[in-house]
Amino acid sequence: MYFSKEMQDSSLKLTRKWEQEVQKTIQKNPEQKERFSTVSNTEIKRLYTPEDIQDINFTEDISVPGEFPYLRGNQVTGYRGRYWTFRMFSGMGSAYDTNQRWKMLLREGQTGLSTAFDFPTLMGYDSDSPKALGEVGKCGVAIDTLEDFLVLMDGIPLDEVTTSMTINPPATVLWAMYCAAADIKGVPLSKIGGTIQNDMLKEFIAQKTFMCPPEPSVKLISDTIEFGTKHVPYWNTISISGYHIREAGSTAVQELAFTIRDGIEYVEDVIRRKKMNVDDFAPRLSFFFNAHIDFFEEICKLRAARRIWAKIMRDRFKAKNPRSMWLRFHTQTAGCSLTAQQPYNNVIRTTVEGLAAVLGGTQSLHTNSLDEVFCLPSEHAAEIALRTQQILAEETGVANTIDPLAGSYFIESLTNEIEAAVWDYIHKIDAMGGMITAIEKGFPQMEIAESAYKFQSQLEKGEKIMVGVNKYVSENQHPIPLVEIEEEVGKEQIRRLNDVRRRRDGKAVKTSLDHIRNACKKGDNVMPHCIEAVKNLATLQEICDVYREIYGEYRDPGLY
Amino acid sequence: MQERKFRVMVAKPGLDGHDRGARILARCFRDAGFEVVYTGCHQTPEQIASSAIQEDVDLVGLSCLSGAHLALFPKVVELLREKGAGDIAVIGGGIIPEQDFPSLYDAGIKAIFTPGASLDSIVAWIKTNIKPH
Repeated sequence: MYFSKEMQDSSLKLTRKWEQEVQKTIQKNPEQKERFSTVSNTEIKRLYTPEDIQDINFTEDISVPGEFPYLRGNQVTGYRGRYWTFRMFSGMGSAYDTNQRWKMLLREGQTGLSTAFDFPTLMGYDSDSPKALGEVGKCGVAIDTLEDFLVLMDGIPLDEVTTSMTINPPATVLWAMYCAAADIKGVPLSKIGGTIQNDMLKEFIAQKTFMCPPEPSVKLISDTIEFGTKHVPYWNTISISGYHIREAGSTAVQELAFTIRDGIEYVEDVIRRKKMNVDDFAPRLSFFFNAHIDFFEEICKLRAARRIWAKIMRDRFKAKNPRSMWLRFHTQTAGCSLTAQQPYNNVIRTTVEGLAAVLGGTQSLHTNSLDEVFCLPSEHAAEIALRTQQILAEETGVANTIDPLAGSYFIESLTNEIEAAVWDYIHKIDAMGGMITAIEKGFPQMEIAESAYKFQSQLEKGEKIMVGVNKYVSENQHPIPLVEIEEEVGKEQIRRLNDVRRRRDGKAVKTSLDHIRNACKKGDNVMPHCIEAVKNLATLQEICDVYREIYGEYRDPGLY
Repeated sequence: MQERKFRVMVAKPGLDGHDRGARILARCFRDAGFEVVYTGCHQTPEQIASSAIQEDVDLVGLSCLSGAHLALFPKVVELLREKGAGDIAVIGGGIIPEQDFPSLYDAGIKAIFTPGASLDSIVAWIKTNIKPH
């Protein structure tokens, strides 16, 4: 940043004087710790001064909102034009139960929907599969066929509300159901908007819902990107996600580095496999980050993310369209920062994390409910979490000005530091031959395992503190009500599924599954065939079994 | 005679992918001097019981955060007993509501560790309660 010679000299003089004072003081009164560091273990200095940002060029490195490098946001008016989307991740039990919760959230001022599926759905199994034992409807909603999906979407205006679906290996199937539902409701595909997570690389790295090996998994993703570009222009066909990488125990830098390197991998695959121009599809790529408890580190991480992606798009992929350079992202507060002990404290943690996401310029936010360490959120807990966002937006004034922390010695310095560390990782993975190779070598997995173990050890030694866990532990119990999903939900779901199997046209199902099989074998786009299959009431697992048959199954190598 | 080392299996039954805790424990057991087998995610109770016998472990630690523990944990104990390996102790951990403890103990789960349990306390429990066979 530009400072006149005079200013520089006087600030240096002052700083040196202060440093001497510090030395005198800490000899008498030592500081509380020898080393001050973020939750990611990045060391933080005692004070940041103009010296720390003297190399920054305002025009090139910071700039204004809506201008390269988009550090300060993509939109020229920031939140003054429009708040971030209040998008609460939600799904429980049956499609009907979830539809009821969604309607409650929309009534209370939520502005976008976000779907949590149960584990069998996430992994591509039907509710009556032996693998689904005990899991149906537990961690989200169970969807087996288009009929369930239509119940889920009942009364939801598909041309007005955007819906995000956290679905990965079977993303083609669930998205096909959404497209089919739009068709049935008479809404053209060109009018629907939403997001499928559809990011398989981070599954191998962190979240562990996988089905087929990395190579064909990426092929299916490129199919969706191609189909979306041509037919569903307002759909975000991928949400390249760092959230789960962070929850698995990574540092802030690793979260950003692995996510962005995953993004590079997808862009390269679409260009290579589909022969598409980067500017045709890059504007619909979206991202998803974690907002952890270390306030400033998270703000800097999100700011750095935008600048790094803009540079990658401009310099590595030669994108021309500014929208290709925009890193648009959803944020969720950190589930792993919440504690089962003294659970009401989780409201405070989530508030601080939500604030960091907003100051980092998120476009969309989920704030965790205080009971999410135990179970799916109760209606009351979800309402408090939604109100947290509304209070941030409407009461605190933080949305009045755009990127309010820009120019802070500390913020800009830490933003730069994070960016530099992210580039190091990106170059390292480039040198390995890309992310798929890095994953096959177990590189990101082991880096995360290392960080997770390090944090746990610091916690055990009291070097890192979690209130109520290793400090301020209390005997006072204030139990909270917990939501329980009845086993009956699973039985009813299986009954519905069998009923569909009896009623549908078995021949049509078989033919449409054959079409998917042929597309897989020939390398054609599977999406049109998936839409046909779900309309014929093929089940989720029947379609996924075709993928498993043609592409093979991936098994967790069990790295630790 | 040198004492045989503890052989411990850390296992993830069901479809749950939350493996941060399981992997940290695997490392912690290794650092505590145990021999460790980690199964990775998505194991059926049958797979876990068979590998536990094959690997000749003294203890199986099951981790589940998805709410499927009542269906999955007792099944592992049952299968071990069926296969004549009822001497392999089974413990469990994860997001497990206190109200489920009695039925898990009745089914033969020896101990349950929930969020906040320190790594040291888990290692200490094993050293006190399990004898390498």
